[in-house]
Amino acid sequence: MATTTDTLPGRPYGEVEGNYLTHERGLLSWLTTVDHKRIGVMYLACISGAFLLGGIFAMVIRWELFSPGPTVPGLNADRYNQIFTLHGAIMTFLVIIPGIPAALGNFVLPMMLGAKDVAFPRLNLASWYLWVTGAIFAVTSLVMSAADTGWTFYTPYSTTTQTAVIPMTIGAFILGFSSIFTGLNFIVTIHKMRPDGLTWFKLPLFLWGIYATAIIQIIATPVLGITLLLLIAERVLGVGIFDPTYGGDPVLFQHFFWFYSHPAVYIMILPAMGIISEMIPVFSRKHIFGYTAIAYSSIAIAMFSFIVWGHHMFAAMSPLANMVFSAVTFSVSIPSAVKVFNWTATMYKGSIRLATPMLYALSFLFLFTIGGLTGLYLATLGTDIHLHDTYFVVAHFHYVMVGSTMIAFIGGLHYWWPKIFGKMYSEKWGNVGCIVTFLGFNITFLPQFVLGMRGMPRRYYDYIPEFEALHRLSSIGAFIMGIGLFVTLFCLVYSLFKGKPAPDNPWGSASMEWQATSPPHYHNFTKPPKVGDPYDYTDLVWDPKSEGYYRKAEGQGAA
Amino acid sequence: MTTETQVIDEGGHDHEHAHSPHLQHHFDTLDQQFNAGKLGMWLFLATEILLFGGLFVAYAIYRNLHPEIFEYGHHFLDPKLGGINTAVLILSSFTMAAAVRFAQEGKQGMLKLCLVLTLCGACGFLGIKYIEYSHKMVHGIFPGKYYNPDEHILEEELLGAHGHGAVAEHGRDHASSSGEETHGEGAHEESTQSAEASAQAAPAEGEFVIEKSQIVEAPEGPEGMVGIVHEKPELPKRPEKAHVFFGIYYLMTGLHGIHVLIGMCAIGWVFFRSTRGEFGPDYFTPVDLVGLYWHLVDLIWIYLFPLLYLIH
Ligand code: HEM
Ligand SMILES: [Cu+2]
Repeated sequence: MATTTDTLPGRPYGEVEGNYLTHERGLLSWLTTVDHKRIGVMYLACISGAFLLGGIFAMVIRWELFSPGPTVPGLNADRYNQIFTLHGAIMTFLVIIPGIPAALGNFVLPMMLGAKDVAFPRLNLASWYLWVTGAIFAVTSLVMSAADTGWTFYTPYSTTTQTAVIPMTIGAFILGFSSIFTGLNFIVTIHKMRPDGLTWFKLPLFLWGIYATAIIQIIATPVLGITLLLLIAERVLGVGIFDPTYGGDPVLFQHFFWFYSHPAVYIMILPAMGIISEMIPVFSRKHIFGYTAIAYSSIAIAMFSFIVWGHHMFAAMSPLANMVFSAVTFSVSIPSAVKVFNWTATMYKGSIRLATPMLYALSFLFLFTIGGLTGLYLATLGTDIHLHDTYFVVAHFHYVMVGSTMIAFIGGLHYWWPKIFGKMYSEKWGNVGCIVTFLGFNITFLPQFVLGMRGMPRRYYDYIPEFEALHRLSSIGAFIMGIGLFVTLFCLVYSLFKGKPAPDNPWGSASMEWQATSPPHYHNFTKPPKVGDPYDYTDLVWDPKSEGYYRKAEGQGAA
Repeated sequence: MTTETQVIDEGGHDHEHAHSPHLQHHFDTLDQQFNAGKLGMWLFLATEILLFGGLFVAYAIYRNLHPEIFEYGHHFLDPKLGGINTAVLILSSFTMAAAVRFAQEGKQGMLKLCLVLTLCGACGFLGIKYIEYSHKMVHGIFPGKYYNPDEHILEEELLGAHGHGAVAEHGRDHASSSGEETHGEGAHEESTQSAEASAQAAPAEGEFVIEKSQIVEAPEGPEGMVGIVHEKPELPKRPEKAHVFFGIYYLMTGLHGIHVLIGMCAIGWVFFRSTRGEFGPDYFTPVDLVGLYWHLVDLIWIYLFPLLYLIH
């Protein structure tokens, strides 16, 4: 019974009646649902599956590199190329790009707005089916004869190799449309579904992040679409746009590809930054510092991201173009730094609680700073000539993609877990998972910076014996990180069965989604949510009995 | 449970004045729903433009780097058919706009009529496109590496435009005899050779003597007779990358054609719903949105037509 009195001092609900998880049952009710919460959960499950698959490939890569020469039985150099291509393509297109917006964003966005659903619920479901279709194509490529081009599909190799490039590119094309429709849905939702009084500058910063992401998704992804279509046309028809055999220009492909894929790295990081902007103030019990600066810097990053793609091709452009692209690349780091400083300032003099989500947020700060700063080495023309296509680049982008985006994703998952599933996970094992992952991650990728500086090229099956110690260290780190991730997985899954019921507001957050029950009712809110400052924690009171927070004013009013 | 549902119902009905069957549960008003749909459609159109944007960029780059292939290739496109198609599409856009208007006014008959007319326009467009494509393909003008044109196809295109059927046939004979030689790699070299060969072998029958070779001809007689030579059309030599032009042509018009097909499905769907009288002054969102989409398809063609057909 969730009557008005029940929503008083956040008593644990146990089973909330009419909650979205149980009000309908059966597989079919999930596959045909248009409820944004269920779609978010379905994305979460599928993306986790893809993450596992991509992770297995990563482990094979690190095992192979454990020592020079052939290491994994039965894995020759050609197979190795296929393995790292699958790893990269699955992780990029199936996991990181859709990850935060499609899984967490879908669940949280309408609730943060106090809305009942996204603007186009059926389109939302269609996006999920597109994701599944894209995944099937990617796996088809795996079964046929997996592409071995690297996730970047560079021509002319991708137009000549005998492996199944086409299923993989069709898969990426379809996934692109899934991403476009999600972004479109979110933009319209944020524009048109806000209740009266919820102005742009009262939106939680996660929504600014998602909004900026959606802009990139809409503007950049169609270009990826046409690039992949042209690549397919080149392979099938030899139209002579990219393939030099038929008079094409392979560098043109790189321009097209990076015109999408550089903005795409901000599709990955902006929602992650949004999550961090939510978690840091909550666990510092302090209003976010520099709200407008963080909000505008998201938009600034989105805008800048479109004019820096050339930094991936310094070796193939004129000196003038190189200088321009280098300079603009530097400027991207300014809005990123603005955010980091604001988060740090938010924590300053706050009363920090090291709950699992906060541990992830701190990991993010640490790892993103390394990842972002090493980007500047790569943006510098002189150093990039040396570092391009070495393990330094590999380490750089893993610090930003895994160390930042995946860490924020998992942190956000812990943060919203009680809301999504109505269960509390074990704090202790959550902490352990986070710390082991963090250590494993650094052991994996810090050595790779050194390897890259010393000249270890990326995408090689073999290496000279001098590199053995660092490669070994890196592989050991990868296995540790794998263990950390499994601990996290078990901790979360275990809570589904054995976890304590979650109160409505376990962390004392002020944004609107916490006004719903845990898990939410299938219409999201049982009474119209109150619009307020999403970072004002002053009248949230801890209730030891329910182990959750409630709003003082509300409690008194209703009582 | 009962209390809970009541709370929600109250919350929901507060804003719902219309109680329209078309109002989806998560919107407060029909207005909000319409505006959301419209914004969504505009965003979608933006992505469509960017999708074609990649092709336009490819076009611009190749036009800039290799103007000669466009200069050469456009001779094979028929501005007359292209022009008719442009007119057909613009007309269909007009009937679509009218359909939206009639839907708003609730004039069911006219709405249905206009939708059918729009569909007819779309079919007409694709029909003409089919004629254009097949006319090229019978002569071996395929995209990319399958590009393997008949030797005399250029003459035919130029002269055919002046209505000389006889020459066209003459050209085709030779093409079929020399067709085998031009297969495979290094087609370009061979094709120039065989062009010369066939030009030599061809007896000067018919009204025109057609030369493909660039070698300056010796004067055929006294000064006074040179006048005849003026009637020979200046035939451009086939540039090395000619196939790229046709690659771009087929990709651009092909992708556009796919959009026409999608548009037809959408119009068909709206037509089906209009036969059930679903649209009226309160609710015409689908007609409006499909209309927007159709105008975009039209607009893209309006750019494609001059870029491909009207090159000078
Ligand atoms: C904050 C400022 C950043 C700067 C200045 C920067 C700069 C660069 C540069 C110059 C390169 C090219 C290196 C080369 O190939 O020689 C590069 C590669 C890369 N960066 Fe960043 N980056 C930044 C942030 C990010 C973020 C946030 C992400 C993703 C979340 C990211 C993901 C990548 C990836 C995936 C690659 C390599 C792709 C490949 O070649 O496979 N970067 N970065
Ligand atoms: Cu980049």
